[in-house]
Amino acid sequence: MSRLEIDLPGLHLKNPVMPASGCFGFGREFGNLYNLSDLGAIMIKATTVEPRFGNPTPRVAETSAGMLNAIGLQNPGLEKVLNEELPWLAQYDVPIIANVAGSTEEDYVEVAKRISTAPNVHALELNISCPNVKTGGIAFGTIPEVAKSLTKKVKEVSEVPVYVKLSPNVTNIVEMAKAVEDGGADGLTMINTLLGMRLDLKSGNTILANKTGGLSGPAIKPVAIRMIYEVSQQVSIPIIGMGGIERAEDVIEFFYAGASAVAVGTANFVDPFACPKIIKDLPEILEQLGFDHISECTGRSWK
Amino acid sequence: MIVNENCTIVSQKEIAGNIHELILRGELSTEMQEPGQFVHVKVADGHDPLLRRPISIANINHEKKEFTLIYRLEGRGTTLLSTKKEYETVDILGPLGHGFPIEETNPGETALLVGGGIGVPPLYELSQQLVARGVKVIHILGFQTKEVVFYEEKFMELGETFVTTVDGTYGIKGFVTDVMKDLSFDTIYSCGPKAMLKALETNYAADKKVYLSLEERMGCGIGACFACVCHTADDPTGFSYKKVCTDGPVFKAGEVVL
Repeated sequence: MSRLEIDLPGLHLKNPVMPASGCFGFGREFGNLYNLSDLGAIMIKATTVEPRFGNPTPRVAETSAGMLNAIGLQNPGLEKVLNEELPWLAQYDVPIIANVAGSTEEDYVEVAKRISTAPNVHALELNISCPNVKTGGIAFGTIPEVAKSLTKKVKEVSEVPVYVKLSPNVTNIVEMAKAVEDGGADGLTMINTLLGMRLDLKSGNTILANKTGGLSGPAIKPVAIRMIYEVSQQVSIPIIGMGGIERAEDVIEFFYAGASAVAVGTANFVDPFACPKIIKDLPEILEQLGFDHISECTGRSWK
Repeated sequence: MIVNENCTIVSQKEIAGNIHELILRGELSTEMQEPGQFVHVKVADGHDPLLRRPISIANINHEKKEFTLIYRLEGRGTTLLSTKKEYETVDILGPLGHGFPIEETNPGETALLVGGGIGVPPLYELSQQLVARGVKVIHILGFQTKEVVFYEEKFMELGETFVTTVDGTYGIKGFVTDVMKDLSFDTIYSCGPKAMLKALETNYAADKKVYLSLEERMGCGIGACFACVCHTADDPTGFSYKKVCTDGPVFKAGEVVL
């Protein structure tokens, strides 16, 4: 068995590295650059019942060691994802984690019910933490009881394990994690972006048309590490960690904090070959650090 | 094919006020064919700035495996790029996007190339390819003021060239559209400020083939992040969209909402 192979609820991963939702589209662009079967999994872009155009532009603004985005869950809608995007991805030997979004509980339930039947969807990622949509999204991700109830409803209809994506924009992340675990979540993915804003020097106006956006990139890595460190000690479900990962060393740090796999987001925008490079570098880092298997790193910081 | 390569700087110099010409050498130049494509430039190592900068390709020299980028010092990113010296390398991703369709102008026909400010550079490669095809080219190059005018002589070698400045300090005082009224041509290719592109679309798209190169803030440059989308003209408030980075940056006038 390879020293990178990982088994998680619903997922047999060749390696623990996958592109994060919203940073990889539905894979087509990257499929031109390298073999997507090399990835551990793919977290596809958030899917809603109806197509969404998303927010007006500008939708991105750069910050020190990071970026703000307010895309607004642009996606072609459930039908197209089921009929076009997922069948296209089926040519690759890679499990898909479908990111499920909506404005109402019914929306989430409908997307989850149908998308979880796609043969290559091996798990769902419940997006209760998108900061860039006016309704739904963030409310589901900041009130523990609401998150728990939604998780329960989605679990009832899903054919595959359900991971819940947590927002860092809360006072008590452990409380949120425990609530969704109580609701039946099979795993957690964390963290989503931190709510931020940038202003233009000349006009004084916000740079993003949506005014606020989600901060991602290396700048948020310490926040992610801290939150995974806290949450992993309080729950018994696995965590897929994300937030500013760009090299193999970062992956090890996330595992030390308590993650069992990782997702790479913004780094894909800077270097489209970031994921395969990290996967290639990991065995050597493990060798240097004296680990036989990457799972030995999980929770090293507190075990 | 999209390639990521550390390209070597052949030369870098300021050719007009805050306008820099950067010539790079790299294997990825062999992938460059269409005029109007761009490359995504990592201006410095490390995290600040984090994202790449899209810069259009002004000239391709396949023989020497070189290509030229012309950019204006705007902020931290381009300022950092301008400090790079000969023999240093620059991390380049490209070529990216769809450029100007030269096949839309037949040999013997006349193409009008209209550039505004830092939109002028991609027209230089375009003009050379059109001339090589046997197309007659006319250039109208618009600038704010005399000190930011560049490449006038290079364009003059390829065809008739008009230069306008907004303040009248050089060439014809006024906007590029003022010059166009008296000219006859078959196609328009343009890159520049949105107001200029809109004027061209409004006045000429009905009876001429007009191709416009758009600019938009980009994230990834390869179509994955959905930062640079625009509405299509046949569905201006709906769900259909085009990505400036991969569907464009060049669009036929009337294809997308400007």
